[in-house]
Amino acid sequence: MDLNTITALHRPRSRAEIGPWRAGDAFLAGGTVLFAAPDPDRTRLIDLASLDWPALTLTPEGLEIAATCTLAQLEEAPLPAGAQAGDLITACCHALYGAFKVRNAATIGGNLCTALPAAPMAALVVALDATLTLWPAEGGERQVAAADFILGPQQTVLAPGEMLRSIFLSTEALGRRWALRRMALNDLGRNAALLVGTLVEDGFALTITAATPRPVHLAFTGMPDAAALDAVLEEAIPPDGYYDDVHGDPAWRRHLTRLFAQQIRSELLGESAP
Amino acid sequence: MSLCLTLNGAVLEADPRPGQCLRTLLRELGALGVKRGCDVGDCGACTVLVDGTPVHSCITPAFRAEGKSITTIEGLADGDTLHPVQQAFLDAQGFQCGFCTAGAILTVSALNQAQRQDLPAALKGNLCRCTGYRAIADAVAGVSHAEHGGACGHSHGAPAGRAVVTGEARYTLDVAVPGLTHMKLLRGPHAHARIRAIDTMAAQAVPGVIAVLTHHDAPETLYSSARHEIATDDADDTRVLDAVVRHVGQRIAAVIAETPAAAEEGCRRIVVDYEVLPAVLDPEAARTPDAPRVHGDKGPESRIADPACNLLVAFSGEVGSVAGGFADADVVHEETVSSQRVQHAHLETHCAIGWLDEAGRLVVRASTQVPFLTRDALARIFDLPREKVRVLTGRVGGGFGAKQEMLVEDIVALAVLKTGRPVQLELTREEQFAVSTTRHPMRIKVRLGAKADGTLTAFEMDVLSNTGAYGNHGSGTLFHGCNESVQVYRCPNKKVTGAAVYTHTLPSGAFRGYGLSQTIFAIETAMDGLASKLGLDPFTLRRRNVVVPGDPMIAWSPHPHDVEYGSYGLDQCLDLVKAALVAPGEPPPEGPHWRTGQGMALAMIDTIPPRGHHAHARMRLLPDGAYELAVGTVEFGNGSHTVHAQIAAEALGTRPEAIRLVTSDTDAVEHDTGAYGSTGIVVAGRASLDAATKLADAIRALAAGEAGVRPDDCRLMAESVTLPGGHMLSLAEIAGAAEAAGTELSTEGWSHGSPRSVAFNVHGFSVAVNTDTGEVRILKSVQAADAGRVMNPMQCRGQVEGGVAQALGAALYEEILIDATGAVVNPAFRHYHIPAFADVPKTEVLFADTYDRLGPFGAKSMSESPFNPVAAALGNAIRNATGVRITATPFARDKVFKALTAARGEKERSYLP
Repeated sequence: MDLNTITALHRPRSRAEIGPWRAGDAFLAGGTVLFAAPDPDRTRLIDLASLDWPALTLTPEGLEIAATCTLAQLEEAPLPAGAQAGDLITACCHALYGAFKVRNAATIGGNLCTALPAAPMAALVVALDATLTLWPAEGGERQVAAADFILGPQQTVLAPGEMLRSIFLSTEALGRRWALRRMALNDLGRNAALLVGTLVEDGFALTITAATPRPVHLAFTGMPDAAALDAVLEEAIPPDGYYDDVHGDPAWRRHLTRLFAQQIRSELLGESAP
Repeated sequence: MSLCLTLNGAVLEADPRPGQCLRTLLRELGALGVKRGCDVGDCGACTVLVDGTPVHSCITPAFRAEGKSITTIEGLADGDTLHPVQQAFLDAQGFQCGFCTAGAILTVSALNQAQRQDLPAALKGNLCRCTGYRAIADAVAGVSHAEHGGACGHSHGAPAGRAVVTGEARYTLDVAVPGLTHMKLLRGPHAHARIRAIDTMAAQAVPGVIAVLTHHDAPETLYSSARHEIATDDADDTRVLDAVVRHVGQRIAAVIAETPAAAEEGCRRIVVDYEVLPAVLDPEAARTPDAPRVHGDKGPESRIADPACNLLVAFSGEVGSVAGGFADADVVHEETVSSQRVQHAHLETHCAIGWLDEAGRLVVRASTQVPFLTRDALARIFDLPREKVRVLTGRVGGGFGAKQEMLVEDIVALAVLKTGRPVQLELTREEQFAVSTTRHPMRIKVRLGAKADGTLTAFEMDVLSNTGAYGNHGSGTLFHGCNESVQVYRCPNKKVTGAAVYTHTLPSGAFRGYGLSQTIFAIETAMDGLASKLGLDPFTLRRRNVVVPGDPMIAWSPHPHDVEYGSYGLDQCLDLVKAALVAPGEPPPEGPHWRTGQGMALAMIDTIPPRGHHAHARMRLLPDGAYELAVGTVEFGNGSHTVHAQIAAEALGTRPEAIRLVTSDTDAVEHDTGAYGSTGIVVAGRASLDAATKLADAIRALAAGEAGVRPDDCRLMAESVTLPGGHMLSLAEIAGAAEAAGTELSTEGWSHGSPRSVAFNVHGFSVAVNTDTGEVRILKSVQAADAGRVMNPMQCRGQVEGGVAQALGAALYEEILIDATGAVVNPAFRHYHIPAFADVPKTEVLFADTYDRLGPFGAKSMSESPFNPVAAALGNAIRNATGVRITATPFARDKVFKALTAARGEKERSYLP
């Protein structure tokens, strides 16, 4: 929709040109969120696309994804030989509520910074232990682990004027075996529970998103038995720790989470089919 | 900023505002085929191609069009040759109202082969509320349905089809009005409040603001936003702008400005001093004596049953003795069910443009189902002679009952009269969800008594309907809901009590089915439970108790009425569905948690609303030998205009293409009650038939006079009149002869909607229910419909499929949720899920073979009623599959899970494999 309080558009071509952060500023990436949610306090858009960051950079160490990389571009990401993560990336991109036409514009950075519980990019980057590079307003940069980036519904560690610059997925992480389960109130709907399990070098990790206000990342040394997995889940997320909104009753989300955790464990053990 | 872009091949300079989206820029550049359905990227009506890539233009920053090549629907065809996808949508008639069609066509045009193989995923961002998607799937698959030149009984394509697929169809706001101004509404944050003071000074000072209107500017006249032939059928409890606020989001003030931005800014600058008052949100609580009064200030002239206890209307009626009937029963079964608030979700939101014409007449171009009744209401509210008001429509982007209501025309008229300027008001999707009308939430108790063989001995029903803050359709839906649903069963002892109460919530309104979908859900659920208790097949129980021709149709009073068995196909419908359910549907998903079952339900509906429904038609022979048919009824995707052309063509022995339609304009004909109550064919169509039959006679008479023969010896053909001996006079010659004689070959037709007939729908489902997750999978869906003679099988099938899809939304997903303050929680498609392509199974549509002696050429109504049996049939199937009865819709996964868990008595389950 038209954002009628926006009176200025700033299109920096370098970080230096971004200039000081002012009240009423908003970083514009794909626009699929910003243009869907008017905020009369916003007066200026700072267009990140004009910074022209390379969307995807593959190195021997891993894959660097610019925050402005669209989900459509991410689906076509070059991956190291032997990487298992291709279908996981696709599955997470397709778990976006928006259609493929929205994925043509929506960015991974926008999805993470919006920080909705249902955000499928959160599931991807937390499950693959991504490192996020942030650009503070005052200059320099800092790194945070993906699991620490989202604090709650529409809340992140970003300070005013700070931006998410890039997401790094290591070659090791891209090579992990994984299993995913998701459910919504309707097929292809907004995620009510989105869980990803991965096999890591010394064990198993489980990422719970959508069912909880913020991503929950559980790491296990070795593969826990079914009872231990459930016990750790229950310890980590108490019954009132599940998200409550129109996209699913918390008790149902808790049930799905516990159910899917077992299904993921069993799939990764080779005991059941995906 | 100035930029260069290519739009449909033409290089243009444009100067978008910094926060402008591409959608509005393209419309400013003249691409009016780009539609606004939601404005937040959910519905896809605004889809365009940017360098060949489809995007939602409402969430695309306009400045990013710089240097790009944009293709809108207007640019897809190659000259007069349609793009193959446009042609495919035309051939399959993959549209009804057509508001979403441009976006759907552009999206499909950009799909690759893999995406075409997975349409549920590829089209999840294209919401269609009309079709149920089967016709769209057929379009993608290249299936052709539309015939050309087919008179009644054939699948003639919609007259507007080509305009719809090319984006040339002009909907309400697709017109350029010089000097147009824009209105935005300030809406109140309180469920109940009194405006102590309202300061508009700062708003008036905003550059571009022309006027700010408050309750001080509004007429004192009270009216109902509901529109009926007899205006006094509804309670007069509404003001254009009121000093009392009765629901969150009620309009407080209107700002008219040169731009939408200035109008929005004006709204933000208005300062309102509210005296916040206690509110009542719950309909049961509203009935208590000490509840806050919603319309405590109203007197008897408002026709409210009892404002002191929030009672809009109540009734109680009994035939026979239910006490005696229950005493005679071998088995008694009772269910209490509730139906939720659902929104119509037509893709074109409520909108209107008003202006003063050269003669100083008030003209309102509105998205309405009732232009004539809206004209009458505006004349009354603003104390104008009827001749000084004209209401017309463009093509209307869906309605489903919502537009049998005057929700924007009144305030637009006020603004036009105050400012003298043309004024446009377009409700946002958020306003559509949060403050427009919804289906009436109802709590319904049904108690049935029967002998061991299933014969009903007693039928008792109690209905509590929540009309929200205003009465509008609260009375009509209550009475209609308690009528055909009860009449369809033969039982000597019936008692029905009903009440509609006010609460401080958004108003309910007319919704497809008009009360029947809620009561039929209740009654058919109870009948299913009764069948289980009796150990009877649900079809057998229905066959034993439904009325058959000869039976009186009695609900709760023996008062006489004008409904007859013009035809009767309920027996056929029951047999068709029963037989269809024998054949297996899709196999159930694999896994130990899936349980399968079947369910059915039936529905009866009067073909025409009661108390008079009138239509006038004019028809004339044009100088070139074509015909012009003027009708008042509105086309909003229901296909009625197609059938009008077919009816006139059949009466005149010509092809539907020869009929030029002039429609839905108070200047075109004398009166039309409106396109509601499924009357587009059975009432308005009869008027067209009347006019066309008279015109055929007049043409023959004139030809006979010219040739000196008897009219009976003249035969009216497609382009001429054949005279005895094989001589022919062309229609153009006949028109010329009429002109030479100083006359015009023109006729009028009337229809008055009485007597009325009955139509039937029976729905059957096979389902699989996952007892572990609450998922419901539809394995088979079949609906049999008794539409009398089916005038246009393609369109009638589309009406049934669309009704089923909309009903599946209400049965599985949709619910307007209200928080503790009375505000709507989920005013967006992303939070209020209407069925998308992935959600709608194929429904097998079967027609009973009947011919109605009251309808035009044997036809009956078939627009609302396919919706009505769906929720009960689905709930009954879930019950059959799981043994658990869920008594409230929607049967959402989390709610099904909760019900199954509760039924199992699980406190804590094990998650260990």
